[in-house]
Amino acid sequence: MSDHYEARFAAVGGQGILLAGDIIAVAAITFEGLYAVDSPTYTAQVRGGPTKVDVIIDSKRIEFTRTTAIDFMLCLAQHSWDRFGFDLKDNCIVLIDPSLVHKVDEERYRVYRLPIIEITKKKMRKMVYTSAVSLGAMAGLTSFLKHESIKKALRKKAPRGTEEPNMKAFDYGFNAARELLKT
Amino acid sequence: MHASYTKYLRMNRIPHMWCPGCGIGIIVKAMIRAFEAVDWSSDDLSLISGIGCTSRAPGYLDMHTLHTTHGRALSFATGVKFARPDKHVVVISGDGDATAIGGNHLIHACRRNIDITLIIVNNYIYGMTGGQYSPTTPVGAKAATTPWGNVDIPFNVTELAKGAGATYVARGHIASGVQLERLIRGGLNHNGFAVIEVLSNCHTQFGRRNRLADPIDLIDSISKSTVNIRQAAKMNKEELDGKNVVGLLHRDEDRMEYCEAYEQIIERAQNAQKNRGRR
Amino acid sequence: MKNKNKNEREVVFWPGNIVVAEAAIAAGCRFFAGYPITPSSEIAHALSKRLPEVGGKFIQMEDEIAAMGALIGASLTGLKVFTATSGPGFSLKQENIGYASIIEAPCVIVNVMRGGPSTGLPTALGQSDVMQARWGTHGDRPVIALTPSYLDEVYSETIRAFNLAEMLRMPVFVLIDEVLGHLSERLEIPDPSEYELIDRPRPTVPPEEYIPYDSSQGDVPPMADYFTGYRWHTTGLNHDKTGFPTTDPKICQEEEERMERKVSSNLDKIISYDEFMTEDAEIGVVAFGSTARAAMVAVSDARDKGIKAGLLRPITLWPFPEEPARELGKKVKGIVVAEANLGQMIYEVERVAGCNGPVIGSNKVGGVPIYPGEILEKIEELV
Repeated sequence: MSDHYEARFAAVGGQGILLAGDIIAVAAITFEGLYAVDSPTYTAQVRGGPTKVDVIIDSKRIEFTRTTAIDFMLCLAQHSWDRFGFDLKDNCIVLIDPSLVHKVDEERYRVYRLPIIEITKKKMRKMVYTSAVSLGAMAGLTSFLKHESIKKALRKKAPRGTEEPNMKAFDYGFNAARELLKT
Repeated sequence: MHASYTKYLRMNRIPHMWCPGCGIGIIVKAMIRAFEAVDWSSDDLSLISGIGCTSRAPGYLDMHTLHTTHGRALSFATGVKFARPDKHVVVISGDGDATAIGGNHLIHACRRNIDITLIIVNNYIYGMTGGQYSPTTPVGAKAATTPWGNVDIPFNVTELAKGAGATYVARGHIASGVQLERLIRGGLNHNGFAVIEVLSNCHTQFGRRNRLADPIDLIDSISKSTVNIRQAAKMNKEELDGKNVVGLLHRDEDRMEYCEAYEQIIERAQNAQKNRGRR
Repeated sequence: MKNKNKNEREVVFWPGNIVVAEAAIAAGCRFFAGYPITPSSEIAHALSKRLPEVGGKFIQMEDEIAAMGALIGASLTGLKVFTATSGPGFSLKQENIGYASIIEAPCVIVNVMRGGPSTGLPTALGQSDVMQARWGTHGDRPVIALTPSYLDEVYSETIRAFNLAEMLRMPVFVLIDEVLGHLSERLEIPDPSEYELIDRPRPTVPPEEYIPYDSSQGDVPPMADYFTGYRWHTTGLNHDKTGFPTTDPKICQEEEERMERKVSSNLDKIISYDEFMTEDAEIGVVAFGSTARAAMVAVSDARDKGIKAGLLRPITLWPFPEEPARELGKKVKGIVVAEANLGQMIYEVERVAGCNGPVIGSNKVGGVPIYPGEILEKIEELV
């Protein structure tokens, strides 16, 4: 079914990845007129603990709010993969940073490796842009949402004054992902 | 009779339910004289209590009266005062109500320094529920639940209040109604959390079990245990042993009152909102 | 995220707990007293910021009990008041909830339910306070508990909770759960012109003629705000219409019955529910809150398989929607009651549905929601 899409963003607490889920949902709702729900993991707030956010997008009102067949997963920590690498469709697009995630099921999933952390560190010099780079990379690898929608949502949700650097970070992620697809 | 007691009493609720000879009557009278002295109208006054003998007092006073759950009077009072900082809130409570089941609310009301006056009638025992020992029952004393004598160390209520941050702390006793009125009045006038401990008698439950069944004997023994703060200043530690220092024990006029502090929060929040709107 | 759509309704994407907080402000709430507890804490976070912005008051008390006390105190001054809590906090509040019931103080308590007895599963879903909401405090008293399933309903039911609390002078519960509390979904904020706000009945007589619990004009006596010239007495003791204590058996009986009547004679205003494909249903499903959303999917999936299933979704859990449950019971061969507990609402369904066939539960308590497939299995069991 092309009108239903599930995405999971998994990382460790403190990387700000929960915001990425929000942005995807806002992109779907505001800029594509779709329905979306977003459920973050909710635990004691521990820096460095595994964390995730799930987003479900649909053209109809979403009844069941848990993921059952994930189309796209971003993962930025091995222990987050170990904990949250379930509910994925066969052939699910799995985007990982190879410096942080070493072992995923290559047979079942379409695994893409991008040095998201390194890109963020080198190009942006501030790790707060990890989400923006990741979203750009997701937009580069997937087509369920228009990449402009995601970008617009990012601009909308970015803290005041950080809109431009966020746009830049998005582009770095997007271009790196497009390069990857060419190879 | 100097004060117009009837102005503040619900005369149709009299006679009261307290035992003949109970000290609560003296305390309520002192409180009424203090209300009159500071010229507070019944319409601007809320008197709040929890559960116990003392907590029946609000029923007899013609104002906004609230007889709440056991130990919780201060939390209700905090709600009333915080909602209407322009009005006056007084809580009257017993030793069990205020320092056992309500102990947590007591220390936090002290800490917050909210402008409430708390009168704690300390008669060393749970009277209404049948004479069980309380957090102020002296070591060795008998109660319905200490038939072999009490081993629990009692609280020093005024030190507790002071330590927790109350900005007006006083102790009075029922054998000195004039002083008591003055101490309560000071508490009413104080802009912050005021605690007035009043040493009182329960000959029915405490006295009967501790060879002080006659109210006069019990009041006498309370009176003899007290020493005025000015006198106490001249006494050494040994001389003060076992004595209850009475008078104004602590006052701090510098700390900001809670509701006033929150008014500043409202102002800050509204200014921030206005500024956001302008941008 | 704020956006205006074509009908000028604001479209937002907020987590359920924020929806609760914003709905409370929209309902006119100007006082919150609470105590930190997951998974409800974000409601307090939001109101600590929002209330002073609208000139309201927020206070974090020393414990749950104190929060409930402060709430009642503020309600007596005439404010619309509100607290939010979860499992253990709801337990702690029960005594003062009883107090609010007997003095008839309007207040709203949102319980973001979590799993387990005691500390249980502090950050995970549960629907285990069905019976606590009904019977949690000692003694008899009427109860209203609302159980929305969607965030737009969370918004509207929170407003309705304030209205019912004010209209009937009593505590009203909104029971949501961890899933709804943290879920974000598209929500259109209704314009204030789209809903009514109700204030408590206030006295029309002068202070000297005021009788605090005067029921001569109806079962809900007018309530005077403190400090408006009406000096009255409130007590947790059984009292007569003057508000003063009484032990007169006849008066106690009459007054407790009157309080019960505030709910039992206003069922049409209180009870709300939703039905999905029940007209020709042969298998009934009853579910509330977030579990009802899984039940919706299960019913659709059953229909796809040719099974005529239908869902009754109580939006008012207490008083229980007996009539639709009875209607459902009449037409179906069996009922599945899905709830994230070990079986609580099922007692109510069994009691009222009068179903000829079996009434079975679909239950889960591990902090994970019941999946549609699990409910579907139970439906198929009944075929």
